[in-house]
Amino acid sequence: MHWEVVWNNMDYFLIGAYPEGPLGGLAMGILLAIGGIFGAFWLGLFFGLMRISSKPWLKYPAMVYIEIVRGTPLLMVIFWFYFLAPILLGHTLPEATSALISFIVFTSAYIAEIVRAGILALPKGQMEAARGTGLNHFQAMRYIILPQALRNMIPSFVNQFVSLTKDTSLAYIIGVNELTRAATQVNNRTLIAPTEIFLTIAVLYFIVCYVLTSFSRRLEKHLARYQARGR
Amino acid sequence: MKVCLTLSPKTQLKGVERSMAYLEIRNVNKWFGNFHVLKNINETVEKGEVLVICGPSGSGKSTLIRCVNRLEEIDKGEILFEGKSIHDPSVDINNLRAEIGIVFQQFNLYPHLTVLKNITLAPIKVRKMPKDQAESIALELLERVGIKDQAHKYPAELSGGQQQRVAIARALAMKPKVMLFDEPTSALDPEMINEVLNVMKDLARDGMTMLCVTHEMGFAREVADRVIFMDQGEILERGTPEHFFTNPTHERTKAFLKEIL
Ligand SMILES: Nc1ncnc2c1ncn2[C@@H]1O[C@H](COP(=O)(O)OP(=O)(O)OP(=O)(O)O)[C@@H](O)[C@H]1O
Ligand SMILES: [Mg+2]
Repeated sequence: MHWEVVWNNMDYFLIGAYPEGPLGGLAMGILLAIGGIFGAFWLGLFFGLMRISSKPWLKYPAMVYIEIVRGTPLLMVIFWFYFLAPILLGHTLPEATSALISFIVFTSAYIAEIVRAGILALPKGQMEAARGTGLNHFQAMRYIILPQALRNMIPSFVNQFVSLTKDTSLAYIIGVNELTRAATQVNNRTLIAPTEIFLTIAVLYFIVCYVLTSFSRRLEKHLARYQARGR
Repeated sequence: MKVCLTLSPKTQLKGVERSMAYLEIRNVNKWFGNFHVLKNINETVEKGEVLVICGPSGSGKSTLIRCVNRLEEIDKGEILFEGKSIHDPSVDINNLRAEIGIVFQQFNLYPHLTVLKNITLAPIKVRKMPKDQAESIALELLERVGIKDQAHKYPAELSGGQQQRVAIARALAMKPKVMLFDEPTSALDPEMINEVLNVMKDLARDGMTMLCVTHEMGFAREVADRVIFMDQGEILERGTPEHFFTNPTHERTKAFLKEIL
């Protein structure tokens, strides 16, 4: 076994060539996931709200968007943006930016569905009570519906974040320097320790996701308690 | 009326005719799909009057009062409030709802907000009232409904009767001209019914115009000016509480009364 290969390249796996060179490795993956979930939250909220609108010109475009994205493999979305960006924008995007946009678009469709289900799960009386006191639709959403619905959605958001963290490995395909690509590079360079290297990165992904999942589980328990009290 | 004298005879007549009733429901019809839920409903409520609406489950009572603040839209007919059609395009629906408060069977308090915030939200957001003014009004109202000490609790920490009193205070905080009650005591344990009814009775005595869907016949006897009985989307019987309880004319009213009394 050649664990020294893993050991000597550990900081490359974790943070890439940073601080001398560009950031990469696991840190890059996590940054992409954080940026992705953050962007996807807003975009997903936007499409989710459109989706539950009673106005057809809001509802149907959102429906089409959600269905198309959910029916497409993430890898396809990543390829699309990578090859389409130069055609649409006239210049190439940096790989990481292109991947980030793909993650945002892809995840937003799932977030939109979470948002929709979360809002529909609230008792109808909440909206009626709010509108009944004279709040307009926007105010009722802002102060009554979304604060409750979003809180109930937090565990789903965390789950989405966990899958996205794992999915950042796909950015490898367009050359983003994240953990999977770092591992491949080191492996191609050293050639003697593929088992050790890929075992290590699997463990790294696992640790990150396990921490997030157990955090999510605790949060769920905490929120369930809140809900029992708050309902 | 005096104002009308300066107007042309035609408008004058119209003005007089329209200023007669405070709240007027004219020929209202509504369908849910093929289901004719309200059939030619006509009813007039004067300022300060208390109207009690009763009838069997599914007869359209809730639908009728929900039409009055446009939580439901009607398909035919007209509802006039202070002489003006509430369906007029010039009517600001949020303003209308601010003037016509509603209290639901299930309370529908906001579980994520304290009692105080439940009450102050609409005055602050809709009436643009400063926060401390809204809060002092809220506390006054809580005092009036007898639960001032619960102001900083969350709804789930209150009993059903207390929650419903908060819901009434929440509606009153908008200083409504009319209050709608949709079976406000039906979801309550028996021992809590009176605390809510007492608040409603006080309100009625203070001159609030009220439309109450309720089967609390003691309440109807004591404070209702008129009672109407609905069945299958129609008003079958109407009259003073006395007439209603002592000599109802319709068979179905008799059967209904027998069942609930
Ligand atoms: N949104 C809706 N869509 C379709 N049908 C409805 C809807 N709301 C009510 N209904 C139907 O209309 C009828 C009247 O309902 P409504 O709630 O007005 O009755 P109600 O007299 O208040 O009865 P209850 O005493 O049970 O509250 C019922 O048969 C009900 O199933
Ligand atoms: Mg009802």
